[in-house]
Amino acid sequence: MSGTQTTYNDKVVRQFAVMTVIWGIVGMLVGVIIAAQLVWPELNIGFLHFARLRPLHTNAVIFAFGGCALFATSYWCVQRTSHARLWGGPLVPFTFWGWQIVILLAAITLPLGITQGKEYAELEWPIDILITLVWVSYALVFFGTIAKRTVSHIYVANWFFGAFIIAVALLHLVNSAAVPVSLTKSYSAYSGVQDAMIQWWYGHNAVGFFLTAGFLGMMYYFVPKQAGRPVYSYRLSVVHFWALIFTYMWAGPHHLHYTALPDWTQSIGMVFSLILLAPSWGGMINGIMTLSGAWHKLRDDPILKFLITSLSFYGMSTFEGPMMAIKTVNALSHYTDWTVGHVHSGALGWVAMVSIGSIYYLLPKLFGKTEMYSTKLMTVHFWIATIGTVLYIASMWIAGVMQGLMWRAVNADGTLAYSFVESVKGSYPFWAIRWLGGVLFLSGMLIMAYNMFKTMAGGKTQDAPVIIPAAHHA
Amino acid sequence: MDINDLRSILTVAGLLCFLGIVGWAYSKGSKKGFEEAANLPFAEHDDQDATPRASPPR
Repeated sequence: MSGTQTTYNDKVVRQFAVMTVIWGIVGMLVGVIIAAQLVWPELNIGFLHFARLRPLHTNAVIFAFGGCALFATSYWCVQRTSHARLWGGPLVPFTFWGWQIVILLAAITLPLGITQGKEYAELEWPIDILITLVWVSYALVFFGTIAKRTVSHIYVANWFFGAFIIAVALLHLVNSAAVPVSLTKSYSAYSGVQDAMIQWWYGHNAVGFFLTAGFLGMMYYFVPKQAGRPVYSYRLSVVHFWALIFTYMWAGPHHLHYTALPDWTQSIGMVFSLILLAPSWGGMINGIMTLSGAWHKLRDDPILKFLITSLSFYGMSTFEGPMMAIKTVNALSHYTDWTVGHVHSGALGWVAMVSIGSIYYLLPKLFGKTEMYSTKLMTVHFWIATIGTVLYIASMWIAGVMQGLMWRAVNADGTLAYSFVESVKGSYPFWAIRWLGGVLFLSGMLIMAYNMFKTMAGGKTQDAPVIIPAAHHA
Repeated sequence: MDINDLRSILTVAGLLCFLGIVGWAYSKGSKKGFEEAANLPFAEHDDQDATPRASPPR
């Protein structure tokens, strides 16, 4: 509220932005390793086998890479659209260092087999407590900054970031509830089908709020900024936000089709998943149409290429998701590589690409440059990443549908037509193509790191002044 | 009245609340505020090339 000239806190944005690239490389490298382990089983060496490394991969890409990207972009966006420096003093660096310690602890405990065994919530209880502390600090910093804004409106991107922070806090607290028996071992507070339902209520909303709402916040700030024009329809963005909030929470049961979960619960999960198509596509159209009248910018701006392509993949995977949530389709797709392909269409195509585009936008500004060291390398990165994603998704579609069809095929006398290992054998070539897709995507990240360090070299790390409050009309 | 009636009421109330939000978002009254909000990212001085929209929002 004071009119004195202060600066934005860009230091924390700088730290998170750089770590986004670093953790992206680490997480994706582990992904490439486990993809290779499926093709060449002899690579499963000692305790560093697929089952130990797979949760490390998912945690690293979602919470380390995705998490750092969300911290960086939300801190940048909330300051720039609130015209205020981050609130919270020492809480701000605590969110950075606390989150890095969480990531390091995950990288140590998961390969050692210290786990709660809940997908995407594997970390043991002491780490869960640290996550809670960091997350509460994050919420205080974010909402504290919103509270001291010098403009009357809260920009729509901040609504998405805010919903992401609140929902993730709720999900983490409920799903991680456990009874500790030692420093490295605890038992879940839930059991049986309730445990399964709470886990997938968590799991799907981690997708819905961590991997969707948060990254939509990114989209609603960086797409208009890079396109140089306001979002296509602000009204639609408001409806988009509330429609997502009202429906996402109910979609989790589609992960438990044909299990011990009551049939009506499965049906509710399916119906809400189908409804989700509407807000998802509303958001995608809103993002892509922001470029309407400026399509030529797509030709030579690799940042816009990343952002708009990410929206295309978002549209594709949010169409595929509701289809896979239909029980009869799920009967074919569940437990196959189709699911893995679907996840990566969202993870590589949507989450990673929108993050990469946004981080490319931020890096030169954070280091006092006008643009990245090499625009050409950004374009190369874009094409390598796109080809890698397409190879990954297409190979998993084929492998998944093949597995589903082989598993359900029966002979005239009712016995299974194929043994399980025959479907494994048939999947080999596609797993090799998937590995290649992953290698391409990882190579793109290495190019990004080179470009980033070249941009950082000799850069100024001065914080930008906060815009003078006179600009608002309230 | 058993608990399931309350649950049904809550579901219907949720739907009405959402429809209310849609009605509000597309009402005339919210137009000006939305226009201001939509231009918030462009208040920075690095955006001379930005084109704030004067036409009514969609």
